[in-house]
Amino acid sequence: MTLPAYNFAYLDEQTKRMIRRAILKGIAIPGYQVPFASREMPMPYGWGTGGVQVTAAILGPDDVLKVIDQGADDTTNAVSIRAFFAKTANVATTTKTAEATIIQTRHRIPEERLQAHQTIVFQVPIPEPLRFLEPRETETRVMHGLEEYGLVHVKLYEDIAQHGHIATTYAYPVKVEGRYVMDPSPIPKFDNPKLDRSPALQLFGAGREKRIYALPPFTQVTSLDFEDHPFTVQTFSRPCALCNATGVYMDEVVTDDRGGRMFVCSDTDHCETRQLHGHTGPGLPQLGEHASTEQETTR
Amino acid sequence: MSLTIVDGGFAEPVFGSQRAFRALMDAFARPGSVADLSDLAVPPAPMSPAAGAILLALADADTPVFFEMDMLGAKAWVGFHTGATATTDTQSARFVVLAEGSDCAGWSRFAVGTAEYPDRSATLLLPVAALHGGQRLTLSGPGIETTTDIAPQGLPSGFAHVMAANRAGFPLGFDLVLVAGSEALALPRTTRIQEA
Repeated sequence: MTLPAYNFAYLDEQTKRMIRRAILKGIAIPGYQVPFASREMPMPYGWGTGGVQVTAAILGPDDVLKVIDQGADDTTNAVSIRAFFAKTANVATTTKTAEATIIQTRHRIPEERLQAHQTIVFQVPIPEPLRFLEPRETETRVMHGLEEYGLVHVKLYEDIAQHGHIATTYAYPVKVEGRYVMDPSPIPKFDNPKLDRSPALQLFGAGREKRIYALPPFTQVTSLDFEDHPFTVQTFSRPCALCNATGVYMDEVVTDDRGGRMFVCSDTDHCETRQLHGHTGPGLPQLGEHASTEQETTR
Repeated sequence: MSLTIVDGGFAEPVFGSQRAFRALMDAFARPGSVADLSDLAVPPAPMSPAAGAILLALADADTPVFFEMDMLGAKAWVGFHTGATATTDTQSARFVVLAEGSDCAGWSRFAVGTAEYPDRSATLLLPVAALHGGQRLTLSGPGIETTTDIAPQGLPSGFAHVMAANRAGFPLGFDLVLVAGSEALALPRTTRIQEA
């Protein structure tokens, strides 16, 4: 008889209970960072140990798991975490957004609108939106308690003073239900509007920083801005080179050493699905074609 | 000593806990929706199977449990299966098993957290006669697209008033779970409750 060397989904039951209690309090206090006793995982900090622990605590044998890294299903982080749960929990995995019941993500929200039966788990490096403004946890705790968020606005204002516009393009701070200011993890600000009133439950796990937080479905999430400098997302001047999609978030791919480049969908599933449906883009730039002056605009 | 405290735990602790937690997580994420916790736990009366499943899934040595009424069998059952201690200290209790018809004016004695740590608050389990067929209440707030109606039977008098006061204290507050038979309905502190 062979016994498994570890529990279902790797974590022991007491750890799961502790994480599960933190998740419930996180849901009850949207945007508030619940401390939890983060465990060492068989992967280094920075590889999504917070997200992995949250996923391990909620995962059941009937779940279908999708893991993305910057929108892609086929990069190292996504492949290894998917394989980790396929091995330790024997769950079904998919790359199709629509088929997944749990989506663990590093720094993107899929282009396809999430559904009510889905849960998205974000990997978070620094959960505290005030951390680079105030290094002491004791102080940031008090600031959250007192709803003292003036510093965040000063930071955004300094962007305007220096650059003429709000230059923060990722991990763009949001306010949740008019109360807690929250770091949405380093998703591009392009994805911020998808956080607002999402039908899916959104969970955030920070392993090194030992924090879990949550956004229940249909929670109001507002990106911070000013009346005269309203929040805007990135726009791209050209469609995806592979599937001709517009209105999606793009990756810039350098194609040669003479300035050749192309912009392709960051969400690989979205791009592949569109290509299957017959959409094709302009493809690779011609060799020697001069560097395009068109760039992603940050405003 | 009877064996009732030994029987009635999760048949498969790992998957039973997971199923009970996921049902409760969905209930917290969508206040007003009813979680099905059937065929999981059989605690000694008067504790309901739903309350039993929730405690088996979430309570352990780190979470003292407060029992509002004398239920020796259920208390021993929770202690045996989870290792949680039964406490009489209302402030340290993380889970509170209320009595049916509990006087809700007294719920403010349980932990509501602090400004820095509002998560250090109690989760209250309130047994009610049924989750359907009672007076209609309209819910709104996070987790609810517009509004949703619930109609639990046997809520204590002054319930809406106490819950409104709890809501007003956000982010501090307790979180409440209504339990009836093998069903549960969560009312986290964010939920606004209006009497129709």
